[in-house]
Amino acid sequence: MATVSMTVNGQAVSGEVEGRTLLVQFLRENLNLTGTHVGCDTSQCGACVVHVDGDSMKSCTMLALEAEGADVTTIEGLAKGGEMHPMQKAFQDNHGLQCGFCTPGMVMSAIDLVAKNPNPDEATIREQLEGNICRCTGYHNIVKAVQQAAKGG
Amino acid sequence: MYDFNFHSASSAHDAAAKLAASDDGSVMAGGQTLIPVLKQRLANPSDVISLAGAGLSGITKNGDGVTIGATTTHAAVAGSGDVPAALRSVAEGIGDAQVRNRGTLGGSIANNDPAADYPAALLGLGATITTNQRDIAADDFFTGLFETALNDGEIIKSVTFPNATKAAYAKFPNPASRFAMVGVFVAQAADGVRVAVTGATDCAHRGPKLEAALSANWSASALDGITIPADHLNSDIHGSAEYRANLVIVMAKRAVEAAG
Amino acid sequence: MVENGIGASLKRKEDNRFLTGKGNYTDDINRPGQTHVYIVRSPHAHATINSVDISAAKAAPGVVAVYGGQDLIDDAVGGLVCGASVTGKGGEVNKTPPRNVLTIDKARFVGDPIIAVIAETLAQAKDAAELVEIDYTELPSTVSTANSDADGAPQLHEECPNNVALDWELGDKAAVDAAFAAAHKTAKVELINNRMVTNAMEPRAAVGEYNSGTDEITLYVTSQNPHVHRLVMSAFMNIAPEHKFRVVAPDVGGGFGSKIFTYNEEAICAWAAKKINRPVKWTSDRSEGFMSDAHGRDHVSTAEMALDADGKFLGMRVNSKGNMGAYLQLFSVSIPTLFHGFLLAGQYTTPAIYLEMRCVMTNTAPVDAARGAGRPEATYLLERLVDVSAREMGLDPAEIRRRNFIKADQMPYQTPVVQCYDSGDYHASLDKALGMSDYDGFSARQAEAKGRGKLRGIGLSSYIEACGVAPSAAVGSLGVGVGLWESAQVRFNPTGGVTVFTGTHSHGQGHETAFAQLVTDRLGVPVEQVEVVHGDTDKGQFGMGTYGSRSLPVGGVAIVNACDKIIAKGKKIAAHTLEASEDDIEFGEGNFTVAGTDKTMNIAEVAFTAYVPHNYPEGVEPGLDEIAFFDPLNFSFPAGAHVCEVEIDPDTGTLEIVNYTAIDDFGVLVNPMIVEGQVHGGLAHGIGQALLEGCVYDEDSGQLVSGSFMDYCMPRADNLPSFNVDYCPTVPLHNPLGVKGCGEAGAIAAPPAVINAIVNALDIKHLDMPATPEKLWRAAQAAG
Repeated sequence: MATVSMTVNGQAVSGEVEGRTLLVQFLRENLNLTGTHVGCDTSQCGACVVHVDGDSMKSCTMLALEAEGADVTTIEGLAKGGEMHPMQKAFQDNHGLQCGFCTPGMVMSAIDLVAKNPNPDEATIREQLEGNICRCTGYHNIVKAVQQAAKGG
Repeated sequence: MYDFNFHSASSAHDAAAKLAASDDGSVMAGGQTLIPVLKQRLANPSDVISLAGAGLSGITKNGDGVTIGATTTHAAVAGSGDVPAALRSVAEGIGDAQVRNRGTLGGSIANNDPAADYPAALLGLGATITTNQRDIAADDFFTGLFETALNDGEIIKSVTFPNATKAAYAKFPNPASRFAMVGVFVAQAADGVRVAVTGATDCAHRGPKLEAALSANWSASALDGITIPADHLNSDIHGSAEYRANLVIVMAKRAVEAAG
Repeated sequence: MVENGIGASLKRKEDNRFLTGKGNYTDDINRPGQTHVYIVRSPHAHATINSVDISAAKAAPGVVAVYGGQDLIDDAVGGLVCGASVTGKGGEVNKTPPRNVLTIDKARFVGDPIIAVIAETLAQAKDAAELVEIDYTELPSTVSTANSDADGAPQLHEECPNNVALDWELGDKAAVDAAFAAAHKTAKVELINNRMVTNAMEPRAAVGEYNSGTDEITLYVTSQNPHVHRLVMSAFMNIAPEHKFRVVAPDVGGGFGSKIFTYNEEAICAWAAKKINRPVKWTSDRSEGFMSDAHGRDHVSTAEMALDADGKFLGMRVNSKGNMGAYLQLFSVSIPTLFHGFLLAGQYTTPAIYLEMRCVMTNTAPVDAARGAGRPEATYLLERLVDVSAREMGLDPAEIRRRNFIKADQMPYQTPVVQCYDSGDYHASLDKALGMSDYDGFSARQAEAKGRGKLRGIGLSSYIEACGVAPSAAVGSLGVGVGLWESAQVRFNPTGGVTVFTGTHSHGQGHETAFAQLVTDRLGVPVEQVEVVHGDTDKGQFGMGTYGSRSLPVGGVAIVNACDKIIAKGKKIAAHTLEASEDDIEFGEGNFTVAGTDKTMNIAEVAFTAYVPHNYPEGVEPGLDEIAFFDPLNFSFPAGAHVCEVEIDPDTGTLEIVNYTAIDDFGVLVNPMIVEGQVHGGLAHGIGQALLEGCVYDEDSGQLVSGSFMDYCMPRADNLPSFNVDYCPTVPLHNPLGVKGCGEAGAIAAPPAVINAIVNALDIKHLDMPATPEKLWRAAQAAG
């Protein structure tokens, strides 16, 4: 076991982990931040996406110990003062979620997408979301949600 | 995943030392290939040594080309104004946005997945791989299925890509995994026309027939009538060898058109 | 008009928790003292298990217990059950080979569970699982839908000679033969309905917990129907009596059918929790899910149509085989028979239809209901055959449909294959779809595409489905072992808020919002004051769960019926309080009013009076809490017309859907925003089947080749277009709410629309799904 320390949603945290402990396991099991999900075991589905030092990453494909000293944001860290992040609100406004399981990862990816492509067209949104699989929505309303958020909510 | 001891290396030298000190260690850059392999229990290293803090990241442009550090992420390459467009487009097409934020050039080429994109770019541009031990020409580097010229304990530090007059990459992705079903990189490089193909066989390789045709006439139509024998091409549920043979020509033509 | 009632696109109540990471899915649940179970599965498609040595695993660090199938049998735990008994040819009911929770002497598919290893941590359980030594003798395997019934094929079960579980027929063979004898022309198509892995994004999971003080078991599980889970595990598997067994299905991350069934791992968690007196948790890896979740579809069929000189359908003949996998899951043989055969008339007046369906056992994962369940198979087969018929006759696909549609004024319409449709206007749907998709302008677009080197095609799909599953007596007579009514309890709290208990379950469909709208609409209670509760057998009354687009058509009616009981009782209370005759009390928008006066009482005041009955009518019970069970009189029949337009790059076979128009008849829309989302998702599922998804087992080894998202191609955002969705509603005769169900329509309608567009683009007769780039490239090359 080794000790890992990082900042998660603005809070300094640390915990004892094995070398093999994944970041997603650390978040879910050590910190009880169960909003980050695991939907596959081949780094394809994106249900586990979080921000590490500002970039979206798949927390199922990163060791907890690799996040030593990092600044991690999860879905639980987006809302401020009880107000949802504009991307969260856009997903609700546009019915961009159904079962909600892929949603946290989708929202985290979408926020990174808009940060790096401030005025994305539909094709760009669809291409940039290729790492997030949704079985419920057919993506139509997710695309609309990202467009709304990109336009400033 | 089997358990292992995790280490952070402070330099390539330190990584090599830690590797030498381990029973059966693995070096890890972005981990976008190694971690999935470990999760499937297909490897059981005693130690995993991270290069993230080894100071091997960065992009340096000079008059002859660009040198990219081994742990530079695909996203950094794709977003760099110092990197030629053809190489940026290769990086832009690897994996998905999240994989690109973490996966690295060095990790990709050290793994040498037969469907990886970067090997085609290295071969297509005639790049040089610099390790902690020596310089290796790309033509000598990719030796077989998941095999490279790297020795035990040898760690990639950077890759230098010489300038090319014209270059482009065209990729046909596997619809499921998004790896290259076939990817073709074409270039008018310093030493002549280069064509490199990935995804079609067990290891990325140059295409002499295509190079000859394009050397004589740099245009897509120069490739009309050339057929690629399907005998040694990969075949799976996504695409037969014959289909891949077709894609090699089509992607080569599209790359030439894109290169201008 | 009540605010936020039926027809309002109200934003979803459940979104707040899902969007902020506060959803509560089964894998999010951890109980004190919890252990983890990992399942050792067969790596072989077919093998005799000679011996199992668990001694090393038992001694491994952290291991709590290691169990095999005999351990469950010794505790009198029964095997998994098949709930279908369908009568086939010669009056013979389907064979039902037994299935132990953990197989003992034979493994019949890759992933067949054999040993359960329970340890303190999941990693320890996985480590120990590698120490379980199983000695196998590999046997030849058979995975083929078409050939597993052939002479000499490897045999799975002695109960199923030639691997046949059921030979079923439907319809009037002689009449069909006569139609073919008299036909002007005939059309024929041989096709495959490709096997799909359902792949809800949340993998299956279960946590079992035992309370030794009360002798009660609680099972948290990814279920679409927690009461049915409890019933099956109690009545047939003997895990615990129903009154000592609580099943909780918390937030469930998609189901699409795959979470209807009771699975091995869930039974193990419930049983072992008591056995070791500690909570036991299991969460599927995605790769385990690929191996062990019930799969869907997987038919091979030959379909023929007899036509007269005008292109009218005279008769239809279908010969099919359906792959059931290695064991019969819960619905199993009922899907390719009842849910498939009964829809073969489609929207057409075909007077004579005959289907032969053979259900075959193979060395693959069990196959059962998956979004649409039988109806996509019927629709694909029929809508392809209609296009092939149009081609044979030289008719436009729209025209041949129009000539054969059941007309709106023919409703209700009795088809030759059992179903009696109660409503629908198929001409109107098609006309609207053709208009919206500019069908008439297609040839110009095709010519323009040709100039760019692209092959452009357009395809139609006029589909019908039978939803609102289902009238209990009807399904009972056909061999389904349960009633398919639904229940609801509407409980006023003394302070005026309403709690609604529904026996259905939501795993993405937004019931917490749409069902609250029903109550708001009926009772006038503000929607924020209505809470919908589902998914816990200790909270709500028995219910049958969610599948077959039944939640609203059946469960929704139960809710409004319970509301009507509330109103009836409320009238008595209001009449007493307002000193009027009960007959003079009118109810509307939440108020009980004495007709013709301004004397009125809000329903919240009535509720308070019911709970504080100081001044109360004689003979009326206190409280305001009503329950209703609703058994539908008929299925509902959503239908519509979809138009798909595609462009194909002949050099690579790459395909782009350039336009997709869906016109659906779902009757009344309770929440149009949610309905449209259901259409989108269904379309993605159907387009996925048509273009991308295919579950592949190796014919020689029986290994699952498409065992992860690396090889099984899920639809992603960049595979799909935005959709054009609109409606063409008609009024159903039998549904009191006027609703029909919408969750499966897209998955049913889309596959033939896509393939019909492709064959149109390539000018070929047929191409099997999934239409991969290579298939399209080959077809384009052959077509020149």
